Amino acid sequence: MSDTLIKVENLSKKFCRNLKKSLWYGMKDLGSELLGRTHGGKDELRPEEFWAINDVSFELRRGECLGLIGRNGAGKTTLLRMLNGLIKPDKGRIEMRGRVGALIALGAGFNPILTGRENIYVNGSVLGLAKKEIDTKVDEIIDFADIREFIDSPVQSYSSGMQVRLGFAVATAMEPDVLLLDEVLAVGDAGFRHRCYSRIGQLQRNAAVIFVSHSMDFISQICDRVLYLQHGRGTVNSQVTNGIAAYLAENQEHAAESTDRARAFYPPIIDAALSLSRESVNYGEKLDVRLTIDIAQEFIKPVINLALRSESDQVAAIWNTRQHGACVIIPAGRSEIRFAIGPLYLLPGKYNCSISLREDGSAEHTLWFHNQAQIKVKGQGQQMAGVSVLLPYHGHTLKKIASS
Amino acid sequence: MKPTKDLKTTVYSPESSIASPVKLIGGMFRDLMDGRELAWRLAVRDISAQYRQTALGLLWAFILPLAHTFTWIFLNGSGIVSVGETELPYPVYVFTGTMLWAIFMEAVNAPLQQTIAAKPMLAKINFPREALVVSGIYQTLFNSAIKIVLLMAALIILGVYPGWRLVWFPLGALSLILAGTTLGLLITPVGLLYSDVGKSLPLLLQFLMYLTPVVFPMPSSGLAAIIFKLNPMTPLVLNVRNWLTGLPSEYLGYFFLINGLIVALLFIVWIVYRAAMPILIERMSA
Repeated sequence: MSDTLIKVENLSKKFCRNLKKSLWYGMKDLGSELLGRTHGGKDELRPEEFWAINDVSFELRRGECLGLIGRNGAGKTTLLRMLNGLIKPDKGRIEMRGRVGALIALGAGFNPILTGRENIYVNGSVLGLAKKEIDTKVDEIIDFADIREFIDSPVQSYSSGMQVRLGFAVATAMEPDVLLLDEVLAVGDAGFRHRCYSRIGQLQRNAAVIFVSHSMDFISQICDRVLYLQHGRGTVNSQVTNGIAAYLAENQEHAAESTDRARAFYPPIIDAALSLSRESVNYGEKLDVRLTIDIAQEFIKPVINLALRSESDQVAAIWNTRQHGACVIIPAGRSEIRFAIGPLYLLPGKYNCSISLREDGSAEHTLWFHNQAQIKVKGQGQQMAGVSVLLPYHGHTLKKIASS
Repeated sequence: MKPTKDLKTTVYSPESSIASPVKLIGGMFRDLMDGRELAWRLAVRDISAQYRQTALGLLWAFILPLAHTFTWIFLNGSGIVSVGETELPYPVYVFTGTMLWAIFMEAVNAPLQQTIAAKPMLAKINFPREALVVSGIYQTLFNSAIKIVLLMAALIILGVYPGWRLVWFPLGALSLILAGTTLGLLITPVGLLYSDVGKSLPLLLQFLMYLTPVVFPMPSSGLAAIIFKLNPMTPLVLNVRNWLTGLPSEYLGYFFLINGLIVALLFIVWIVYRAAMPILIERMSA
């Protein structure tokens, strides 16, 4: 017996970049639909069209969770919308079994003038719950959303967090066979997010789940397979870490290309240059940084700040003369300042180096070099989203404690 | 939990839904049934929200037709426009006409309005789309009931009494609403793509109103007489007004013919609406 709930075969979908053309193609598609012709026509793209989803296939059984990852515009939401039957595929076939619950929009159908309780009923019926079902679940929903005091006031008086909580509570009350989740949990406070994840965990036992998120952390915790979409193409990877690594690698490549750079200095600085002693260092090594500067007058107690940014543009490490209580004096004329930073206990990868200079007590920078040099850290370990520092390992001890 | 093999299987493919008519029609009626409760909830939601935010409340059902009536009484009375002889006193004639026309117009506007208002929902949630249309009909029925009660009260105050033919009146009112819904549903698919449709609708309806015996009586000769007679709205408006004011029925055969055609047409535009939805949703969020 197969317990396959989602079966997707060679699915493709075209989209149009141009709005006017898109509407006109819509009219044409409408015409051919009414004439009984197959949607999407032949294989070719019309002018200004592109494949938003291109030849994607996968299957998902009950109890499995597929993580859908990819950059913005890779086709994640398009795929979910086709799975939910909102839009028609241009090629291929989708087979869905059982009740489908989609958390693509929380609180769709909320009317701000009506009370929370009235909205629970409206929202529930939009999601396909019968009145009786809602009656039995209304208390559970109110408790989960944690809004009992406000349930009989109009939704327009709710905070956005409360609306999201109510929306999530209603949407997950339906116990679907297939659950589609589109980045809905990027909102709400930490406590509520945690409850959401445990609720999804409960639902997941009896459902096939597809989960879209940019948080690799959650993907690796929740999913047992990933589908990594790149310009509408992608295959399912049963090694979640491999899929995530591929996604992060693409992200980094992209970030490296598009990194915004800036190079500016103001009088009294006449000229300046930043260089690093090496192109790459090993994990835990030090790095020499050299700042050459030509200045019209003496610069007393400048604050020099150096930052290393990871390729996801997060600050991985800083070095700051003020933080160290260091006193630097730059004499008038041309000079070279050298300093060593490190040891660099950073995860392997490329890091961009930025440096800035300002007078102590002034917010104005006289020098602002943003991402003007790059250093590669080599070593063991894997890239992880949101983490840069890998603490060194100093061995460990183990002592058995006798139980009494 | 049900065993997997008993679960309903849904298939999405590029094939046109028109190509398998049995499945299509089955799906239409199933969704209509599944959507009943949702339609009711949406209607209750919209009606209660509508009346919670007005100070004049139910009076709005009355104000526009009343303004229209005064305009035409003035135009006719001052001799700017000469309307001709009507069997009823002219104020009664024009007031009932504009009230009934308002019912028809509301029914025409409802499908497009409901669907546009539900765009965010349509783009993100799969629910029976029929519920939107049915919800629109419920709302039109509710608002029409208010109009009709007010209208009958006004008629009695004016000394116009409906006779036994009042029993026909519900049928007449329903056929007005049905005709409006059909016309509204017909323009909805294109109206969702191009806002031109929604913008030109009031203009077209106004024009249609002047070709229907709403403020003018039936012309007796000339091109206008032929157009008025062929206009499918003529037997509807005439008879509904006659049944309300105790006058005998007119063009009864044509009335029933039109109703039959409307039901058939409604079924066809329903198919179009349903087939069009996924295609339109793709374009309206693009």
